[in-house]
Amino acid sequence: MAKKEYSFYPGCSSQKGASSINYLRSVETMCEDLDVQLNTIPDWNCCSASIGYNGGGELPRLVLSARNIALSEKNHPGQDIVSPCAACWLGTRESQERLNHNDSLMAEANTALKEAGLELEGKKDVRHMVEVLIEDFGYDALGAKVKKPLNDIKIAGYVGCQTNRPFGIDGESFENPKYLDKLIETLGGEPVENYDKKVSCCGGALAFSEPDKSQALIKDIIESAYDGGADMIVTPCPVCQMNVEVYQDQINAKYNTKFKMPVVYYSTLISVAYGHNAKDSALDGQVIRAKQLEEIAAK
Amino acid sequence: MAAVKKIGAYICKGCGLDDRLDCGQLETVATREGKASPCKSHDFLCSQAGVDMIAEDIKSEELTHVVIAACSRRAKTEAFNFETVAISRANLREGVIWVRPDTDEARETTQEMADDYVRMACAEAKFTTQPPGNTEDKTACRHLLVVGGGITGMTAALEAAKAGYAATIVEKSAQLGGVVGQLSKRIATTAPFTELPDNGVAAMAAEIAANDKITVHLNSTVTRTSGAPGRFAADISTESGSTVTENFGAIVQASGFKPYDMGQLSEFNPDNADVVDQMGLEALVKEANGGAIKRPSDGKEIRSVAFIQCAGQRSQKEGHLSYCSGHCCQTSIKQAMYFKQLDSDIDAVVMFTDLRTPGAGGENFYRAGQDSGVTFTKSVASEISAGDSGPKVKFDDLLLNENVEQEFDLVVLATGMVPNSGVDIEAEAAAPAEGEAADSDVVASVPVESILNLDYRQGADVPQLVHGFTDSHFICFPYETRRTGIYTAGPVRRPMDAVQAMDDAAGAAMKAIQAIENANLGRAAHPRSGDLSYPLFRKEGCTQCKRCTVECPFGAINEDEDRYPEFNEERCRRCGTCMGACPVRVISFDNYSIDTVGQALKAVDIPDEFDEKPRTLVLACENDAYPALDMAAMNRVEYSAFTRIIPVRCLGSVNTIWLTDALNSGYDGIILMGCKKGEEYQCHFVKGSEIAHIRMSKIDDTLQQLNLETERVEVYEIAITDVERAPKLINDMAETIEKIGMSPFKF
Amino acid sequence: MSNTAMVEKYRSNFLKEVAENVEEGEWVRMCMQCGVCSGSCPMGPHWEHPPQELFMMIRANKREEVLSSSSMWMCTSCYNCIARCPRELPITHIMHGLAHYAKRLGLAPKENPTNKFSQRFWDNLTKTGRVNELKLGLSLYFMNGFVEGIKTALKMKDVGMGMLKTGRMNPLEILGGHGVKDKSGFQAMLKKAQELEAARVDK
Repeated sequence: MAKKEYSFYPGCSSQKGASSINYLRSVETMCEDLDVQLNTIPDWNCCSASIGYNGGGELPRLVLSARNIALSEKNHPGQDIVSPCAACWLGTRESQERLNHNDSLMAEANTALKEAGLELEGKKDVRHMVEVLIEDFGYDALGAKVKKPLNDIKIAGYVGCQTNRPFGIDGESFENPKYLDKLIETLGGEPVENYDKKVSCCGGALAFSEPDKSQALIKDIIESAYDGGADMIVTPCPVCQMNVEVYQDQINAKYNTKFKMPVVYYSTLISVAYGHNAKDSALDGQVIRAKQLEEIAAK
Repeated sequence: MAAVKKIGAYICKGCGLDDRLDCGQLETVATREGKASPCKSHDFLCSQAGVDMIAEDIKSEELTHVVIAACSRRAKTEAFNFETVAISRANLREGVIWVRPDTDEARETTQEMADDYVRMACAEAKFTTQPPGNTEDKTACRHLLVVGGGITGMTAALEAAKAGYAATIVEKSAQLGGVVGQLSKRIATTAPFTELPDNGVAAMAAEIAANDKITVHLNSTVTRTSGAPGRFAADISTESGSTVTENFGAIVQASGFKPYDMGQLSEFNPDNADVVDQMGLEALVKEANGGAIKRPSDGKEIRSVAFIQCAGQRSQKEGHLSYCSGHCCQTSIKQAMYFKQLDSDIDAVVMFTDLRTPGAGGENFYRAGQDSGVTFTKSVASEISAGDSGPKVKFDDLLLNENVEQEFDLVVLATGMVPNSGVDIEAEAAAPAEGEAADSDVVASVPVESILNLDYRQGADVPQLVHGFTDSHFICFPYETRRTGIYTAGPVRRPMDAVQAMDDAAGAAMKAIQAIENANLGRAAHPRSGDLSYPLFRKEGCTQCKRCTVECPFGAINEDEDRYPEFNEERCRRCGTCMGACPVRVISFDNYSIDTVGQALKAVDIPDEFDEKPRTLVLACENDAYPALDMAAMNRVEYSAFTRIIPVRCLGSVNTIWLTDALNSGYDGIILMGCKKGEEYQCHFVKGSEIAHIRMSKIDDTLQQLNLETERVEVYEIAITDVERAPKLINDMAETIEKIGMSPFKF
Repeated sequence: MSNTAMVEKYRSNFLKEVAENVEEGEWVRMCMQCGVCSGSCPMGPHWEHPPQELFMMIRANKREEVLSSSSMWMCTSCYNCIARCPRELPITHIMHGLAHYAKRLGLAPKENPTNKFSQRFWDNLTKTGRVNELKLGLSLYFMNGFVEGIKTALKMKDVGMGMLKTGRMNPLEILGGHGVKDKSGFQAMLKKAQELEAARVDK
């Protein structure tokens, strides 16, 4: 199969020394195996996620994404924009749709872009990395590359919010998307059936500003995974990953629980199943270590 | 028709019948006891070869009657359709082998069941004749009378004309158009749902004027209607008093509605000039003629308007309408849009508890109203008083949980629809007898004038179903009234908006045309569509007791000058309620009579008391109960082998003589299965099941006279879905008999 | 654009004010009050007035109560309300828009933590074009003052250590860290966008 090229938007948290640098590393490992070339959008900027609304009004927030799309159009014509981050993907795709839907906003956005010497056409397909895997490769092709199946590992597929709503993955339902479960099966693992909190919110950015309320949500997400017999949780979103993983000690202290649930990215699962070592699979990035995966990676 | 009866019997061996039954013995029963000749068995009777065999015999043997001993009479009706002979069916498949276990112990009683069903079918055949149908050329009058010239009536006339039938509209007022004619605009039903269409009446009136098939009588009413489908005669009288009599084949009654009298809503300050109902607002809008809408009290331009939904309706308070009128939410949205389209800064508030917008455009129209800036407040208005600048509305905001008072320039009350259904003949009939006030649901406060002035024995107008609306069943039989050939359409039938009324009109016109054509062929209308039989009356025996004329659910029977019943066969639905009612048994049908059922039940072999083989007779309504039992058989639900089931047209046709005969013959139990009666009735003849229940409530006396336990006779309401329940009730009776013992009347 | 000017301009028509000035605010009138949004919100129990009620309050001209409410600052942007709204209202965006509008008019609750965090996030990203997680985190700890900040920092110490050890936090970021190269173009673009938006609102 010919090499596939995409215009890549990594997002702030995938930068060196940032909270999901481990995500980026496993995505790169995975893409190498799949013969995918990720062309990073030159000089990309933050999309303002969905929390910048206080300081930023509608147009200033929209032009942030508009700049990234314009840069992609200029530097990577013909390539879809792909982001591994749920918020980056949603923000970019939604901004383009809203600009295309409103001529005067589009005109204003282009007036602002001109200040940075750019122009927006707005005809890019903006996609999440998971869409690339499912739509451009498919489960069978992904499964064909498995060298070390994830036997005997039960995994809760935590889809969360922003990879699921309002766009979601084509053909999946909002209330019970199945793609992570199918992916887990493809890699030889066992998905948790009827994972109750599959699409529940972890609090997102409010984990910072409203920690108690958010941690109550996170507690339910982890508890439900334990109830389903999960050994670990897998997620496609950096905010979900971080929120669900790093507050477990605080939750344990507050609720008298004994959570120690590893939370990994799908790209880490794929990298391990494709036979890579712990470092390339970014298992060293786990705050709560995924020992079963480490064992497989060491084999 | 051949002069002598000649019965042929045909026994099917297919569908496993031959494995389970001794078909040779069945042939013996049919030949010896049933006197059938020829009598033949066939491996696959409903196959072409089997059918050809019967057809051949009918011709060569000059058969007049054919007994088919095979499956249920509801199965294979197309194969076993021999038009020149009377047919009876012995139900050996659904009635016997499918409801009995295939075991050695069961074999004997199963065979006895089958033997009996063959006996019963032969007995029925002996007493039935194939109805001749319409032998004369009747040429029914192919002309529709449409009473009411609103959009429902206008649509009905136009639709009939398009189908090639002449129509005459009789309109009470001086012009066509009715309520819709008084509207400024109509509700938008097509995208983008913001352009309110004209009321459309002028265009329809012009179309009617140009159509030579349609005649219009304005300022006129129907002062007398007589006859029956195909031969109605109506007196059409003008205000000035001149009358013409014309003949019609069928009638569409589109007499519409009146708005509920807002004067009765004293809490809403009805005397305040700036409180109007929806029709009142239409008048203001027409008056404004495209300019600013002004309020009645002082002519001030209206800058704020409130619409109070469900004013005096959907309420259990005395004098209020308990039902939803269906159109008022959309009408208020439309009226609020009148203001918003004039000036978007006019404050228009709709106070609702549940916004109901049925119909194709409904939800979209609601959105269009919201989009145009109408404010929708979920709230209940409790009072209107005179404020400083206009009527002051006191209301509870149900979402914000607040009590609010606000003044508006104008308040519009969305009151409901009161049907123009004429005289409530049932209340009228009940009033003198019981001396009680009429149903409190009936809102009519003034003496009501009849719409149709029928010269029917049972009253001047069509019967009402509920709340004064003239339907016979909202779900099962739309447009059908309980007067054959008379169809009601539009808001007199049930609350509805203009679009629905026009759909209704088209439906009613089609039904009316069907009634004319049925009358021409002598065929029954729904639900025994196509039935050619009709009541035969032996006048010599009649005691003039009037039960048949009173109980006929369809008002088909008048009285002649000598006070004998006068049957109008075109009005008849062939339910047989008259036959069930007749104490001297002088009413029958060619193919359904006291004898066809009575002789069948007597043909059953009743074993000796000491044989411990009781017999239960089941008279099952052919509409729901008998199909339910057939379906039970398809599901192989077993029931007692001591059961003998006879289908009846309606429980109303059950004459008590059958029960007396059955008890005298030694049956141990009797079950009557009819449809649900009462307010939520499912009886296909509306009143049949109810009447039967009343009659049967008196059967206990008979039982006591015979010194029998009252548990031996049970009457049940059975729905077509009672696939498990119906067999269970049969088995319950078997248990009861076991408990109380066998009947002593076995001779 | 000042609060008093807006009060003067719209008088008793807050619905219109929202429609004309709040992001996606023209959708508010399309709410049919079913309450599915309120029932679907993960923070539902913590809202002073859930979205459905906010919409009704807007129609009932409860301007002060709506704009000074902490409610819309409870939105986690999970989009559950958008996915489920039978009328397809962009509720998440309306909540962001209401929050932003309240902030602009100076009516937003000043001590609301999400209000503070959201502003810091924006300030952080617009400075260099990319978010500096370390600085953002630290500024968050100290958003309630120095003493509170030390307490929070201590509470968060273990989380920070975990991130540090796994290479997911870099103390050197404090010295500057990532950013776009074309900072001047980036900031000129933002400035222009803000000007255009201000002109539109003040119109």
